[in-house]
Amino acid sequence: MIFATTPSQTVGPYYAIGLPWPDGPCVVPAGTPGAITLTGTIYDGRGAVIPDHLIEIWQADPDGRFADLRGAGPGGPSRVEGFRGFGRAGAEVGDGSYELLTLKPGRVPGPGRRLQAPHVDVSLFARGLLHRLVTRIYFADEEAANAEDPVLQSVPAARRGTLLAQPRAGGYGFDIHVQGPHETVFFAV
Amino acid sequence: MEQRDSGGVAWSDPGETPIAYLREGAGAHPPLDSPAYKSTLLRHPREPLLYLPQTLTEITGPALGDAARIGALDHDLTRQHAGAPIGERLIVQGRVFDTEGKPLRGTLVEIWQANSAGRYLHKHDRWEAPLDPNFSGAGRCLTDDDGRYRFVTVKPGPYPWGNHHNAWRPAHIHFSLLGRAFTQRLVTQMYFPSDPFFPYDPIFNSVRDERARERMVASFNVHETVPSWAQCYEFDIYLRGPAATPFEEEL
Repeated sequence: MIFATTPSQTVGPYYAIGLPWPDGPCVVPAGTPGAITLTGTIYDGRGAVIPDHLIEIWQADPDGRFADLRGAGPGGPSRVEGFRGFGRAGAEVGDGSYELLTLKPGRVPGPGRRLQAPHVDVSLFARGLLHRLVTRIYFADEEAANAEDPVLQSVPAARRGTLLAQPRAGGYGFDIHVQGPHETVFFAV
Repeated sequence: MEQRDSGGVAWSDPGETPIAYLREGAGAHPPLDSPAYKSTLLRHPREPLLYLPQTLTEITGPALGDAARIGALDHDLTRQHAGAPIGERLIVQGRVFDTEGKPLRGTLVEIWQANSAGRYLHKHDRWEAPLDPNFSGAGRCLTDDDGRYRFVTVKPGPYPWGNHHNAWRPAHIHFSLLGRAFTQRLVTQMYFPSDPFFPYDPIFNSVRDERARERMVASFNVHETVPSWAQCYEFDIYLRGPAATPFEEEL
């Protein structure tokens, strides 16, 4: 027998009393060698910032290994000390921005036994979002890997740029537009 | 099955990771564009969602069951302050399953809610109902080996909001479930049976199918109700389970 899933509902405007953690934005502990920041701003369909958003990321470590619950994945679990693989930021700082501390992921296998380009999976939650939005962060300076990534190449060329984080002091910048002329590509997973 | 192979690399997986998760039909979750809920207007994508194959990144998930994250009283929202909060004391419990009915153990369940007067302990909540100095309204726990979770709390009150004239949210508790893989992540709301505000609430009714809406409504359990102490509501949650047949491109 197959059961139906419980439907999704919005996090609403008051998620901040329950979801943010003090160490949420730290995919790795502060001071981890090679750590980078992922920073950006979330915008609505009129270009106004969305201050009441919660962003979560999940990714491999620089060796392409995951800090998976069950140690699943090729090569076993991550061997990077303190690497959690998961980050959550929802500080409601007011200007719609977020900041996460992480390591740049390595390449992991993908469809058709091709290697994927380095990427970070993203879930976005907010008041007004009845279901999470899923997107992926790729890295603009990984041109060769991006050119052969099966997921990125499946995205129409004109919209691919919305998935590319741009190098910035200390890390990368990645804005999300949930609607409008610069609308980010979102996925059904 | 020969499918425990992704990208030609051996797995260290002890056998619990499905190679792919069920893809849900269009009606399983509310449409992002739900005009009756006005906040969706500028916050839903206009472009269609693109197909994301379920690769390793999507079928793995974090281990956040560390003791440091779960405090001893995090599951009991009535014992987080010096005194007891005002309101009807409730036990809210249930099990977390996948769509094959398999219990999901060790998954993080986080809840947040208004107090018994319908007021959240949040700087932007301006509803003129009293805050309760003995109630913060947030809890977390991990499911046990049978997928069970259990919270003690007070019944949240309904509250007015600005969506339309005389709009009130039905009483609800917010639930966040991490699941065991990125694909299983779910945020939802638990409602109480026969709430008079159901017919008028655009968030509850954003789920178009009546049977699907019922899956967000807890049931009163008299047998687990503790005499002279607390009413019990049961709320089972189903997250996506393994796909019967993985799509070719995901192998």
